[in-house]
Amino acid sequence: MNTTRSAAALPLPAAAPAGIFCARNIVLGFVALLAFAPAVLPEFYVTLLNYIGLAAMVALGLVLLTGVGGLTSFGQAAFVGVGAYTTAVLTTSANLPGWIAWASSPWLALLVGLALTALIAVILGSLTLRLSGHYLPLGTIAWGISLYFMFGAMESLGGHSGLSGIPPISVFGWTLDEGREIFYLIWAFLLLAVLTTQNLLDSREGRAIRALKGGQVMAESMGVDTSRARMIIFVIAALHAATSGWLFAHLQRFVNPTPFGVHVGIEYLFMAVVGGAGQVWGAIAGAGVITILKQWLQDWLPAIFGTAGNFEVIVFGLMMVLVLHRAKDGLWPLFARLVPAAAPLRKIDAAAKPLPRKPMPPAGEVILEAKNVTRKFGGLVANNEMSLSVKAGEILALIGPNGAGKSTMFNQLSGVDTPTSGEVLFRGQSIAGKDSRAIARLGMSRSFQHVRLLPKMSVLENVAIGAHLRGSQGVIPAAWRLDRAEEARLLREAALQVERVGLGEFMHAEAGSLALGQQRILEIARALASDPCLLLLDEPAAGLRLKEKQALGDLLRRLRGEGMAILLVEHDMDFVMGLVDRVVVMEFGQKIAEGLPEEVQKNPAVLEAYLGGVE
Amino acid sequence: MDLDIALILTQDGITSGAVYALLALALVLVFSVTRVIFIPQGEFVAYGALTMAMLQQGKVPGTLWLLVAMGVCVAALDLFRVLRGASSDGLASSLGWSLGYPLLLAALVNFLPASDSLLVQAALTLAIVVPTGPLLYRLAFQPVAESPVLVLLIVSVAIHVSMVGLGLLFFGAEGARTQPFLDAQFALGSVSLSGQQVWVLLASAGLIVALWLFFGRSLYGKALRATALNRNGARLMGFSPVFAGKLTFLLAAFIGVLSGILIAPVTTIYYDTGFLIGLKGFVAAIIGGLASFPVAAGGALLVGILESFSSFWASAYKEVFVFTLIIPVLVWRSLTSHHIEEDE
Repeated sequence: MNTTRSAAALPLPAAAPAGIFCARNIVLGFVALLAFAPAVLPEFYVTLLNYIGLAAMVALGLVLLTGVGGLTSFGQAAFVGVGAYTTAVLTTSANLPGWIAWASSPWLALLVGLALTALIAVILGSLTLRLSGHYLPLGTIAWGISLYFMFGAMESLGGHSGLSGIPPISVFGWTLDEGREIFYLIWAFLLLAVLTTQNLLDSREGRAIRALKGGQVMAESMGVDTSRARMIIFVIAALHAATSGWLFAHLQRFVNPTPFGVHVGIEYLFMAVVGGAGQVWGAIAGAGVITILKQWLQDWLPAIFGTAGNFEVIVFGLMMVLVLHRAKDGLWPLFARLVPAAAPLRKIDAAAKPLPRKPMPPAGEVILEAKNVTRKFGGLVANNEMSLSVKAGEILALIGPNGAGKSTMFNQLSGVDTPTSGEVLFRGQSIAGKDSRAIARLGMSRSFQHVRLLPKMSVLENVAIGAHLRGSQGVIPAAWRLDRAEEARLLREAALQVERVGLGEFMHAEAGSLALGQQRILEIARALASDPCLLLLDEPAAGLRLKEKQALGDLLRRLRGEGMAILLVEHDMDFVMGLVDRVVVMEFGQKIAEGLPEEVQKNPAVLEAYLGGVE
Repeated sequence: MDLDIALILTQDGITSGAVYALLALALVLVFSVTRVIFIPQGEFVAYGALTMAMLQQGKVPGTLWLLVAMGVCVAALDLFRVLRGASSDGLASSLGWSLGYPLLLAALVNFLPASDSLLVQAALTLAIVVPTGPLLYRLAFQPVAESPVLVLLIVSVAIHVSMVGLGLLFFGAEGARTQPFLDAQFALGSVSLSGQQVWVLLASAGLIVALWLFFGRSLYGKALRATALNRNGARLMGFSPVFAGKLTFLLAAFIGVLSGILIAPVTTIYYDTGFLIGLKGFVAAIIGGLASFPVAAGGALLVGILESFSSFWASAYKEVFVFTLIIPVLVWRSLTSHHIEEDE
């Protein structure tokens, strides 16, 4: 397993490995080249770089939204339009109404534009983000079209002929009225956006955003508010787009609806996908490739076909199909391979202050109690009058043949599903109607029958997701690196849990590179990182080899010794019988036996259920 | 507004609604069988209408060369596979369809005298444009058939963008209208119906009934429904998902082209008109949750009527109204659906 290469695929900033080709030096070199570009390049190329920068800013938002968060928007051009039109209206109208007249300078208009965009994004987001996968992009096409037609239809926005006479931006008295001048502003904004996005992704909140791809149930049960995480990236992407629109309006000094149509929105998405939707730098690569290609194709294709028209879209469309067929990660990994930038290993600060821990409940206290839980699906009774309890410092196994209703019971206990009747009490509180986050906060944590890890993230970071609720720093501190003290504590805690379950040698490996059995163990480490008093484990020993099972057994015994309550659903009888304190046996949705392992093994009802009867 | 205007608007709305209903049916069909959100559906409408218009002007439509080019690509892929050691069973028939048919059709269109008969022109239009549907599935979607819906959607949008560009190349920026099938006017009380409107309504109704029979009675229709319910199950029963995909795209292309032929005499169609028409079909399909055919058809009528009334009251905001309609629909969908986890 080559940890260095794998880490390079993550959208993370480089720390400082040795050698001249370290990522930081490459970035510094790139910035230096940019600084000299306007002085040496002809006007045409400066203009091109300006447009690349503007497009890259929108594409960067889409990288966050699509590549990282797994959501897609075809309507980003409309947000660009909101930013552009807001500043156009505010800076050109001679007689603004008094309450808004203070915002006639471009900089204040930027603030108004961002606020307006955030408002629109929050409204659209709260309407469409709750929807599953494909409805969101369809919704974005719809409102993208609506906003575009609004720009064209509203008289006060100049209709289809647009608004002209937009003033240039001034920075400390320096008027940026030439392409060569605004160039610096565009790229400064873009690099700042790249930097803050990278910082954000490498933080507690960033892990929550990246966890969106691992499925809602996993993220929620680790305490991540997935609706909030989706809204955050949606609003950030919209704000990036609006900023690009603001710069665009002051570069062009003129706006009309054309650059904000849904087809331009599609082009932005193409940039993100072609560049590599999972990579922050891919946004710049994609914007560069598409913008330059567009320039060429617009010169060449009409000459080839002998008539004028936007024929470049034919090539873009086909190129997208090819990229999605042949290079799903886009072009950035191909660029990145050219420069062998050594990737960072995450530093774990052993001296960081340990996170506070909740006191364990006293041994013997009833932690989890199910009272007459019944769950019906239509006519099918999956659980019938099930009762069980787990005490602190005890391991309880829930066993039963296939189809006995164990998984349904597990869902009732973990709060993923709500019983038809009966109740589940966790530390004396009913968990009915509580969401997974609230339950996680009370101290319940779990693993999954079908492993739910983020295969591209390192073992350490996967475990750190489990500690989500033990931190509190939000988006803005993360973007500006004000969260480092807390981050060090979270990572230290995660590293401790990785060591504790015996995966220390894989600390920086991609989770997806581990064997299935190790991934199950990793899920336990992630659960432990939340500082629980109850662990619910769904078939933890499945796929483990004998040695690994023994190690898992030792780990669970140790946890029990520390006062942890553990409930496991398991098939592996040898594993269960040597380990647990009590066993509950289910068949056909009902409890047929409960007791010590030895007793249960001799129980005729159990033997009948497992072996089909003893005559 | 008086009753007469309301009646005329309703009647216009129902006519366009009927076409949106057809498109919505095609979209629901394609999505449920292949999980592809078929954005280029509208392009088939425009290609159908404009191909028909070019045939009427006695020109060879560019769509014919598109068919030949796509056929050549598919043939090249098939040959390449066989050269790489895949079985050559069925190669002859697949080459026949991908190479033989387009070339034969090209020869027919180029060397036979142009016909004035509308029916011949319509048949020729169908023969040229409809087969690009399954070829498109083979080239663009079959290689990524197992990808997540999102990837399929982006492919779909990419195809749409390319097809719009090609439409501009084939047909130019000028719009076109075709000759009506039926010039008569019918009086129904105080309302007068044009012959073409009657045609649209009858043909849509006929097609809906035909689809209903196809899915309810025929083996292939049932197999498609089975694939929509459970792809692996249908595969185990010997019904290939690749075949299901091609068949679905054939049907979708047929519905699209036929809609184009039907509306071309009533509305001027431009190379990029298809997108908005197709999206209105989408609004209807989403009302049906991308799953229910009857609700989608009802939604289509609603979209058509909303569109015709809003073009009377505030024509500049016509599209704003129609596409904003989707938002309350989406909200309603999100409030009524209670699924927990989409397991990939």
